[in-house]
Amino acid sequence: MEAMKETVDQSLREMRDTFASGRTRSVKWRKTQLEAIIEMVKDNEDKMCDVLFQDLGKHSTEAFRDELGFVMRSATTALNSLDKWVVPRKSNLPLLFYPATGKVISEPYGTVLVLSSWNFPISLSLDPMIGAISAGNTVLLKASELSPNASALLAKTIPSYLDNKAIKVIEGGPDVATILLQHQWDKIFFTGSPRIGKIIMAAAAEHLTPVTLELGGKCPTIIDHHSVSKDMKSVVKRISGGKWGSCSGQACISVDYVLVEQSFASSLIEMFKPVIKSFFGENPKESGCVARIVTKKHFQRLSRLLNDPRVQASIVYGGSMDEEKLYVEPTILLNPPLDSEIMNEEIFGPVLPIITLRDIQESIGFIKSKPKPLAIYAFTKDEKLKTRILSETSSGSVTFNDVMIQYMCDALPFGGVGESGMGRYHGKYSFECFSHEKAIMEGSLAMDLEARYPPWNNFKLTFIRLAFREAYFKLVLLMLGLKR
Amino acid sequence: MEEVVDQSLREMRDTFASGRTRSVKWRKTQLEAIIEMVKDNEDKMCDVLFQDLGKHSTEAFRDELGFVMRSATTALNCLDKWVVPKKSNLPLLFYPSTGKVISEPYGTVLVLSSWNFPISLSLDPLIGAISAGNTVLLKASELSPNASAFLAKTIPSYLDSKAIKVIEGGPDVATILLKHQWDKIFFTGSPRIGKIIMAAAAEHLTPVTLELGGKCPTIVDHHSVSKDMKSVVKRISGGKWGSCSGQACISVDYVLVEKSFASSLIEMLKPMIRSFFGENPKESGCLSRIVNKKHFQRLARLLNDPGVQASIVYGGSMDEEKLYIEPTILLDPPLDSEIMNEEIFGPILPIITLRDIQESIGFIKSKPKPLAIYAFTKDENLKTRILSETSSGSVTFNDVMIQYMCDALPFGGVGESGIGRYHGKYSFECFSHEKAIMEGSLAMDLEARYPPWNSFKLTFLRLAFREAYFKLVLFMLGLKK
Repeated sequence: MEAMKETVDQSLREMRDTFASGRTRSVKWRKTQLEAIIEMVKDNEDKMCDVLFQDLGKHSTEAFRDELGFVMRSATTALNSLDKWVVPRKSNLPLLFYPATGKVISEPYGTVLVLSSWNFPISLSLDPMIGAISAGNTVLLKASELSPNASALLAKTIPSYLDNKAIKVIEGGPDVATILLQHQWDKIFFTGSPRIGKIIMAAAAEHLTPVTLELGGKCPTIIDHHSVSKDMKSVVKRISGGKWGSCSGQACISVDYVLVEQSFASSLIEMFKPVIKSFFGENPKESGCVARIVTKKHFQRLSRLLNDPRVQASIVYGGSMDEEKLYVEPTILLNPPLDSEIMNEEIFGPVLPIITLRDIQESIGFIKSKPKPLAIYAFTKDEKLKTRILSETSSGSVTFNDVMIQYMCDALPFGGVGESGMGRYHGKYSFECFSHEKAIMEGSLAMDLEARYPPWNNFKLTFIRLAFREAYFKLVLLMLGLKR
Repeated sequence: MEEVVDQSLREMRDTFASGRTRSVKWRKTQLEAIIEMVKDNEDKMCDVLFQDLGKHSTEAFRDELGFVMRSATTALNCLDKWVVPKKSNLPLLFYPSTGKVISEPYGTVLVLSSWNFPISLSLDPLIGAISAGNTVLLKASELSPNASAFLAKTIPSYLDSKAIKVIEGGPDVATILLKHQWDKIFFTGSPRIGKIIMAAAAEHLTPVTLELGGKCPTIVDHHSVSKDMKSVVKRISGGKWGSCSGQACISVDYVLVEKSFASSLIEMLKPMIRSFFGENPKESGCLSRIVNKKHFQRLARLLNDPGVQASIVYGGSMDEEKLYIEPTILLDPPLDSEIMNEEIFGPILPIITLRDIQESIGFIKSKPKPLAIYAFTKDENLKTRILSETSSGSVTFNDVMIQYMCDALPFGGVGESGIGRYHGKYSFECFSHEKAIMEGSLAMDLEARYPPWNSFKLTFLRLAFREAYFKLVLFMLGLKK
């Protein structure tokens, strides 16, 4: 541990010196790093797919779609937009301040800490780094020890592509994180669970470090079967993709559970079954397209959720588990008890509860009874229901008639609210996430208003009154002595 | 007190859940009521500000009452624009999906204000919270008890008391409040308390905006502003002594100037102080007093350091009974003295001399990031160095404090001077959660989105990510492998 502390101290010192040197401020430097990230991913696609398969059993296409392609696109966006993002923004000052001018410039926070999660260990490491770098910061990345092969690959490969006096990688688990959090950072970016998020924020409070926390929650999926009956096949396909098509449901924006009217539940279940089979064949375990559960600990957590007798009783499809292979079959539950664990924590696994309601309008109240999730999904064409969802619920985002795709769209901010997180990133929001926006005012010494200074008198008070009201004409009259 | 807090929170949450505060009409009504409240009670407000801080009514108007009315008016006039959803341009690949970002209120927010501008630092965040559609609980500072009592008594008769509440009290009440879960906390005060607030907020993952303090340095590059030195001195004097006796987060804390100009500077400050406050500032009525005995004793302790005493070149007299400290100038107090290592928050102005004004950059960087940096200079190179080599909430050239009045500019700190920002539209954003909305379309379904995976789908995804639409089309038509 002492050696680790020494490493951290040294790394921090070096990053701070590098930042102080001004090197990372140059747009050229930032672009060089972004290009290097793209190159690194291109050069190492196979190795990256390997480690993602080793850590999570991800198919290389899933790995490309969710991580590698995503990262390259994110870096490309930053590369193409950086010149625009760094331009100061002019502020329009009221006439009263003439000829003073104002603007806002984005400056890097300094030395930032990125703590990433195990489920998308490449993209959740590199995407925040892309933001930090485009904003001109130095960065220390700690990837998750629960995805050790990905973490090791990043630790080994990043130094040979990126400026290693500015961008560093450290490996390790909670003990390393604890050491890191004892230090003062200029910004901390964390992806993970709400429980750890609280610990991160409390540690950040010691140093008044701003944080962005990308957390989780139970992302509900409303099916208003009345209004989307015509497209139900697509609906079911998308929901299936949102539960089983990305890391076996182990994603912060996975479909967690479905809300549907009682009358449609069995039809819905009967539609899921063939879709699951079309995705994964008769034996999903051998399909190569189902990611595995990340560790034994998480497997045991999921089996505990499923082994609740009342939950067991609600299984209508799947349910088989293989601890040795860390495999949980795509599983559907129909109305597990609402007080069961599985309905009160983020599932983060390939188990889909279907909760039935008498009337789909009740879905609003149901969602509101739970912590604010990262995303709400709703399949409906009923404009009234949409409006109710938007105005009566709160979540990081809402997506109608699709799932998860908001993540891919970097014109939209990605972040949570309440227990699902604070702050946001993606696209330009990543740049802003890692920037301090500094207000700059250029005053003018040309003119001095006596009314600004003591001793106070009625003239000055009247002047100030009129100035606040921007009653310029009256102000002029006052100054000319034509107004009292 | 616990019972009162529980009850208040419950009522505010019910009110928020009812949806009443979301209506733009409701928000505007509240904003109009704030303006009316200030207009109706100008004299009373000036009274309490005089009682709590000895503020002259003109200072009170300029820094608090007028400021609040203007802020509320801005919000009133801009609200319709601020609430409009922002359309996001989605890439062609997502067609015909559309995206937008809407601002929604966080919910029930807590505003903790400071004692130095107890009216404006309470009402201005309130204005932001209300324009964003939240319910709000305000706790003003017990160190400005008359202002706090006034707000507690008056706000309920103007504003929707089921949505906007005021509670009085000190740290014990704050502790109770912080045990609860809020949807947002807005705090103005010292970094030390800011840390406590943020740690408490962490328990509930509550986002915070912390408007803290710092030592706001003022660089005087006498070479390039010699022609306008009188204005420079006037502005610095206003920035130290003209607003709450230096007890403001954006007060000029200390001056950096080249040694060769120091005595001239001091000789210019002296008559300026006299022109502001006369021969006997204590009797001028234009100099605020120190807020309480505890703060007075803090300042006395800073001044009584022998090394600091020896550096007094003007003023220095103190009257504990009247909580009065004379406008005081120090010349090169020891850099390791307390007064040079904590925010002064009082009418004492250290002048620190340097051999070369370029050294001011390194000096500033050796201290925590302040809320504001002021620099009187026309040297573009120096300006560039200041902007790129130092960090602060804001930088103002050739003036002081006026950035605060300008609500087109975000107001907030960085590092120890704070987290988040407000004023103008930034206040609306400060109290809003920006929610991303995506409207997908069920019309088209891309097979490449779903397992089972194969090289066709992989190639499709590759081309899609690169937005190589033409190739994508060729690919789908089978004309490309």
